[in-house]
Amino acid sequence: MSGLVPCATADTPVEPALPPGWELVVGLEVHVELDTATKLFCGCANQFGAQPNTNVCPTCLGLPGSLPVMNERAVELAMILGRALGCDVNRSVMARKNYFYPDMPKDFQTTQYDQPTNTDGRLELADGFVVGIERAHIEEDTGKSVHVGGGGRINEAVYSLVDYNRAGVPLIEIVSRPDIRTIEHARNYVEELRAIVAATEVSDARMEEGSIRVDANVSVRPHGSSELRTRCEIKNINSLRSLGRAIEHEALRHVDLWTTGSGPQQQTRHWDEAAGRTTPGRSKEDAEDYRYFQEPDLVPLEPTPAVIAAIDEALPTLPAARRAALREATGADADAARLLVERGQDSLAMAAAASGADAAKVVTRLVNDLAVDDWSAVDTESFAALIKMESNGELSASQAKVVLGDLVEQGGDPADHAARRGFEAMDSTELESLLDELIVVNPAEWSRLRGGDEVDRKKMQGFFTGQIMKATRGQADGRAVAQLLAQKSV
Amino acid sequence: MSALEIAAAVRSGERSALDVVEEHLTLIEARDPGLNAYNLVTAEGARAQAAAIDAAVSAGEPVGRFAGVPLATKDNMCTRGIPTTCSSRILEGWRPPYDATVVTRLREAGAVSVGKTNLDEFAMGSSTEHSAFGPTRNPHDPSRVPGGSSGGTAASVAAGFTPLGIGSDTGGSIRQPAAFCGVVGMKPTYGVVSRYGLVALASSLDQVGPFAANVADAAALFDVIAGHDPLDSTSIRDFEPTAQAVLEAGVDGLRVGVVKELAGGSGGVPGLAADVLARTAEAVEALAAAGAVVDEVSVPSSTLGLSAYYLVMPAEASSNLARYDGIRYGLRVDGATTAEMTTATRTAGFGTEVKRRIMLGTYALSAGYCDAFYGKALKVRTMMLEDFARVYERFDVLVTPTTPTTAFELGARTQDPLTMYVNDVCTIPSNLTGHPAISVPFGVGDDGMPVGVQVLAPASHDAQTFRVAAVLEAAA
Repeated sequence: MSGLVPCATADTPVEPALPPGWELVVGLEVHVELDTATKLFCGCANQFGAQPNTNVCPTCLGLPGSLPVMNERAVELAMILGRALGCDVNRSVMARKNYFYPDMPKDFQTTQYDQPTNTDGRLELADGFVVGIERAHIEEDTGKSVHVGGGGRINEAVYSLVDYNRAGVPLIEIVSRPDIRTIEHARNYVEELRAIVAATEVSDARMEEGSIRVDANVSVRPHGSSELRTRCEIKNINSLRSLGRAIEHEALRHVDLWTTGSGPQQQTRHWDEAAGRTTPGRSKEDAEDYRYFQEPDLVPLEPTPAVIAAIDEALPTLPAARRAALREATGADADAARLLVERGQDSLAMAAAASGADAAKVVTRLVNDLAVDDWSAVDTESFAALIKMESNGELSASQAKVVLGDLVEQGGDPADHAARRGFEAMDSTELESLLDELIVVNPAEWSRLRGGDEVDRKKMQGFFTGQIMKATRGQADGRAVAQLLAQKSV
Repeated sequence: MSALEIAAAVRSGERSALDVVEEHLTLIEARDPGLNAYNLVTAEGARAQAAAIDAAVSAGEPVGRFAGVPLATKDNMCTRGIPTTCSSRILEGWRPPYDATVVTRLREAGAVSVGKTNLDEFAMGSSTEHSAFGPTRNPHDPSRVPGGSSGGTAASVAAGFTPLGIGSDTGGSIRQPAAFCGVVGMKPTYGVVSRYGLVALASSLDQVGPFAANVADAAALFDVIAGHDPLDSTSIRDFEPTAQAVLEAGVDGLRVGVVKELAGGSGGVPGLAADVLARTAEAVEALAAAGAVVDEVSVPSSTLGLSAYYLVMPAEASSNLARYDGIRYGLRVDGATTAEMTTATRTAGFGTEVKRRIMLGTYALSAGYCDAFYGKALKVRTMMLEDFARVYERFDVLVTPTTPTTAFELGARTQDPLTMYVNDVCTIPSNLTGHPAISVPFGVGDDGMPVGVQVLAPASHDAQTFRVAAVLEAAA
């Protein structure tokens, strides 16, 4: 099943990548775009892919005189994610982070500083490793600059265009503690976070659309040491694959700098996917002084204990617990459990198994044949019925796949679909008389099946199976045929 | 005619709104070249609105409380499609795509804005001399300043150009020019009037408020512009404006405190002129004569206001004014890179006082200095709130002079910013605490220029300031 989990296992670099005696220290900052109808401080649509500068108004353009109004749903989603990560939800205030940048309409970002909404959480990875969450705070996104000419680089561009559609889109930034020690855990952390974000419906969690963005704080230290050495923040990481490559490259760079000199400089670096290396951005010496202060245009967020209790009450079962439950109920392996939970098919699997359908078949059929976006037409009852038909030989495996496709398209009773398609199961006597006829017509082949060597036998098994399938136009159950051939040829 | 009289006459059909507006436009045309109260006169728009009001009156349709009353709008309130400059070059050519909430409310009430009035650039100043469009002059004596930053609005009302005016007050920018020009000016409780569409100077201090030639008009104007606005998150919910209702209430039994530190005594704020203190004392006597219970009271932190203010205000301003970067609107001076373009634009677009305050504010917030400056100022602010809360357990209102002196000569204080800043010493505490305060004319100084007396009240007791001002107006 190694092919089932997207980008998790297939291209993981060999670990550990560091020379002996060195330990990797990673903390991750993950930005998640909240799935609200409108932006954080105005009524403009929070929508990906619209025509540039069509989802804008005085507030998200930062026009003189405009004021922000907090999107209550965004605060709610932030608190939901906070609680899902086991955070304390606090009285919080918004702050201004002051710096000049063309895609930032007010030339300050409204974010949270010393009083964030969520603090002190934890995220448990699939293998039980726990990563501490320092904080998960609310902030607004910036616009997007497009540099025209000069290969798209800001310094060589002929001119730049700015799209403010994204300006003011609500984000939550989840800052982990520097607890991560391996590349695999870094990726697992992001995967698990993404699963939680999806399960709580806080975001659509699409990394390719930028609704999840990851920055990695990387440093190294001698094994056994507990110090935190100079770190670099790696930006521009666009996929889990890049995350692994970027961390590996950066860690090796650090080891090299520590081994040959006095170590790296603290700085922000950019991951260059094509070149496979990080390149320096701002260093600490010319780092901006953000001059944070409390945002005077907004009031503090003060959730009552009742509000937090209501959030806890409504919190869905989280992916880790769902995976455990699914594995317990169906015996699914780790990868299958992760996949089905990710797709939201775990409850279907468990319900089908509970109603008596073969659990292993349930899992296999879902994993292999229900990788579609919309499977809302498939209800538990008909799915369980389908698996039962497959188990008792009424349908062959390939027929079951076809009927499952019908259920996805149209819903309804699997027996009806099977009947409409003429998928009548052949009973064993029917199959046996068909084989008898074939033996009569092909005596030489039959004796090769009975008396030939291994290769011969296999070949002839294939021959007779093919003949039977041809005669039944594929309706015979492959396993039943194999069984019959085995019985007869003894 | 007062604003309320004009409105009554227009509503009854006795006077046409168009005639009223035309009369005031004629006056502006004749006399404003000497005063420079207006950055822009919107004569055509005013005539069109007046004609529409007249049509509504003839048709028997309801018209607003201020139907046909000419209004001066400070040029830092956004007006849809009409240039809004903040008296700065940096907003050259910018026309807001939206109206400030106050602008909308007043139009709906039938008030007819005749133009945008001059101010100190981005409301930074106390004399309306720091304007890209030249200074405004005081109608009582054109060699003197009208005060600031709402000097254009104050001058418009004092000159009779408009019975009503709208200003904004961050450290005294309504009350100080009202005092200098001999009109009524009031800063509401922070959050009572929407700031949506007011171009920000210092967001935690800014408040929009009314100007009028008399207390009754000012109260009526306050009642129209006050009230919750969902577009301003700091707007107070469920505020019921009742200024007009209490104008006849008198002050019998009202507990009036005279702030010792602002009464010229030793240990108090220095530099308060004798004539201004004398008028203030007479005002207090008038209140006592009307039945008020008067006592002196110490508000120790009131002397710290100025220092705290000149940290908080520039700090917030430095952030609020960052957006004028030449990228999206207003002035752009080209440069080889984005950073060079922004630098060139801001260098050319901002005046000296604005640059000074941006630098002060940036410094006050910068790493390593923030705790000592901005942080300390916030502590003073908290201390003042506690101080005033204690005082208001014993008093209903407080009385102080509005300004240390009467209006000074043009150019007298532009060379030394500190002497200019001291102008705000009596008005600043109300901005730092968010409390309401009014300035009402009370006699004249030795130079024959108007003196203003200030009445302070606790948060949300805005009506009290009008109630006391009405008694002072009658006694003046």
